[in-house]
Amino acid sequence: MYRYDELDRTFVAERVAQFRDQVRRRLSGDLTEDEFRPLRLMNGLYLQLHAYMLRVAIPYGTLSSRQLHMLAQIARRYDRGFGHFTTRQNIQFNWIKLQEAPDILADLAAVEMHALQTSGNCIRNVTADHWAGAAPDEIEDPRIWAEIIRQWSTLHPEFSFLPRKFKIAVAGAPTDRAAVKVHDIGLRMHRNEAGEAGFEVIVGGGLGRTPMIGKTIRDFLPKRHLLSYLEAILRVYNALGRRDNLFKSRIKILVHEIGAAEIARRVEEEWAEIRGGALELPIETIAGIAAQFAAPAFAPQPQSVLEIDALRFGEPGFARWLKANVAAHRERGYAIVTLSLKPEGAPPGDASAAQMDAVADLADAMSFGEIRVSHEQNLILPHVPRTALPALWRALAALNLATPNAGTITDIICCPGLDYCSLANARSIPVSQRLTRRFADLARVHDIGDLKIKMSGCINACGHHHVGHIGLLGVDKNGEEFYQITLGGSAESDASLGTILGPAVSSEAVVDAVETLVETYLAERRQGERFLDTYRRVGAAPFKERLYAAA
Amino acid sequence: MSTSIPKLQILTANRLADGAVVYFTAAGTWTTEIGRSVVAREEKAASALLARGQRDAGAAIVVAPYLIAAVEGGAGPRAASLREQIRAAGPSQPVADAVATAVGLAYP
Amino acid sequence: MPLLKNGALVDDPWRRLADDDPLPGTDAVIVTLARWRADRALAGRRGPLGLALKNGDAVPPLAGEIQRFELVALEFPKFTDGRAYSQARLLRERLGFAGELRATGQVLPDQLLFMQRCGFDAFEIANGAPLEAWRKAIASFSVFYQPTGDGREAVNSRRRVLGSRI
Repeated sequence: MYRYDELDRTFVAERVAQFRDQVRRRLSGDLTEDEFRPLRLMNGLYLQLHAYMLRVAIPYGTLSSRQLHMLAQIARRYDRGFGHFTTRQNIQFNWIKLQEAPDILADLAAVEMHALQTSGNCIRNVTADHWAGAAPDEIEDPRIWAEIIRQWSTLHPEFSFLPRKFKIAVAGAPTDRAAVKVHDIGLRMHRNEAGEAGFEVIVGGGLGRTPMIGKTIRDFLPKRHLLSYLEAILRVYNALGRRDNLFKSRIKILVHEIGAAEIARRVEEEWAEIRGGALELPIETIAGIAAQFAAPAFAPQPQSVLEIDALRFGEPGFARWLKANVAAHRERGYAIVTLSLKPEGAPPGDASAAQMDAVADLADAMSFGEIRVSHEQNLILPHVPRTALPALWRALAALNLATPNAGTITDIICCPGLDYCSLANARSIPVSQRLTRRFADLARVHDIGDLKIKMSGCINACGHHHVGHIGLLGVDKNGEEFYQITLGGSAESDASLGTILGPAVSSEAVVDAVETLVETYLAERRQGERFLDTYRRVGAAPFKERLYAAA
Repeated sequence: MSTSIPKLQILTANRLADGAVVYFTAAGTWTTEIGRSVVAREEKAASALLARGQRDAGAAIVVAPYLIAAVEGGAGPRAASLREQIRAAGPSQPVADAVATAVGLAYP
Repeated sequence: MPLLKNGALVDDPWRRLADDDPLPGTDAVIVTLARWRADRALAGRRGPLGLALKNGDAVPPLAGEIQRFELVALEFPKFTDGRAYSQARLLRERLGFAGELRATGQVLPDQLLFMQRCGFDAFEIANGAPLEAWRKAIASFSVFYQPTGDGREAVNSRRRVLGSRI
């Protein structure tokens, strides 16, 4: 993974010093809140429902064990003992003191981390496939490009006061695990006829109040032109994005209003002036970054692991865990392991300091010291030798991180909701907790199979509910919490937005409602069909009938 | 004949330095205990409260002061809305729920 | 309003000309783009001429005429409206404008370095301690990740020069 050099270390130290001074001036009253707000947002510090919330950047979801230990330390020393992993591969701490924020940033800088640009109207954390460097179908590690973009976008003087936030995602494989079609810019790596790898450039995707699937403005962009092309897009957006209406200021609205063809024309026109200039990426620069993402020193592995076979038959829990949470690796004899942060009854996506420390140690022992954070709010050990799986499973079980539910109905993507967020209209965590309790039976969970529930506590859609197979959106009806249900969303290559099923259901009724939808699916499904497939085949009618019949 | 029910309001903000949720008291101080906050019973008093809050915001004591609807109870005023109840009492799942997902670990 | 230019507070020799004001003799005046387009007398006028753009004005179409001006003033109506950063870079790097590039509107100390990197060299700062703010802003960073027209060497270029990881 990327290691800072002297220049990076100098930069982040200078940034900490700058922020320390800005905090001092705020605390003394030299800076008003209006003047300070964009400055603290650019350092990821929100004023939230309970206190200041700090959103620490985890670039493209990759952590070293040393970094994860530091996140645990921050949770313990400065917060209440746990952190929340987000749908943009970041981590949030909820009870931060402004006066301690500079010290926290200094601690992060010591392990090559920061909270830069995790908020504000600037380019945010660049996200990438959480299986990068390990996935069998990968063309090239997308983190190389995510890191190149990260550096270019860091304190970019021209693009720090955009009309609105700007989110970029990179996929390095044909299977899109980065949700590139619902980002402001999505970059999907693929090969042209000559076999050369380059990017499909997708612009104007996004969720929130007006969800949209992004439009392709360029089928193939050679890699060396990546930064100049991005600069052209950002320059067009900076000039033309709406600034008169907060709800119409994302680039997706601009694309919608002037059309993808016109956006493409303007971008290409600007790009023609700057391509081949100072932003062209020389081979050495690309190679230097790429070398940082070289594969770890994989060791030859045995053909089969007897212990796995024995354990699989002896322990149904292990068998289920193998099936749901362990995925094939590009290197023979290795595996990608998902550590579920969605155990029964727990707030989804949270990890305690103790869990973080333990996972960091397991990463050292079994995953070349590397951990990933997925946008589905789970942790991943990306490079585990299969010989280590039994021991890993036992260790994770003791940590309550072995729930074999990855990609299933209880692997819920869920925003913090009204329990933590001042933007929310309803709580989301208690609903998630109740759902995991209702669907605690793992045999049943595995029978239901691939089903993605995504829940947001408000229209801002941080829980990505628009692209859930079942989406739940919390709304406020006369002071009561209700949940609007959408069906048929998908964040993958077959991206689609869910459609509203009918009237919102009450908090009391929502878990029953989900169960009714599941039963409808089970009644209708043909062999091999996932929930999404069945819905796409039979449509909303059977679900609607069954859900609202009793009402 | 309809009588307008007096709208009870209290003033809340976050303490600037540590971000704690605080409420304004009759003594002109800020407390973390909502039960000890002063209640404005009509608009003029409420406006005066808000002005006090904005003054303290200008003086770098608190940030983002605003009025919220309150109901009175045995133990003093309470927040009327679910959002402000959560803000006063903390998340509806105890923090221990999150921390408790780890079992018997020996880290300090 | 004090003018911060080249690290010092200077008297401002320029005057804003309202669109319906008569043209003064040879004073240094700043005219709006609308006035420039409408008033033929400006073309042949002697005396320093400055152009004030609104932050929604497109820059590239001005390529043929920008050299007529010794000053261009750009606007930050609110400091959160960042359109002038792009205008500045286009003026400097695309059109090769070499005159005074002035930031006006809500110009705050914490944005000075961004502005300078984009090509601004003069700042109408409304409040605070401009010289102190300028010194602090310019000294705050020594590492820059993106090349702009400001002459600083960006990180990737420095790494190439060094040849290897440092």
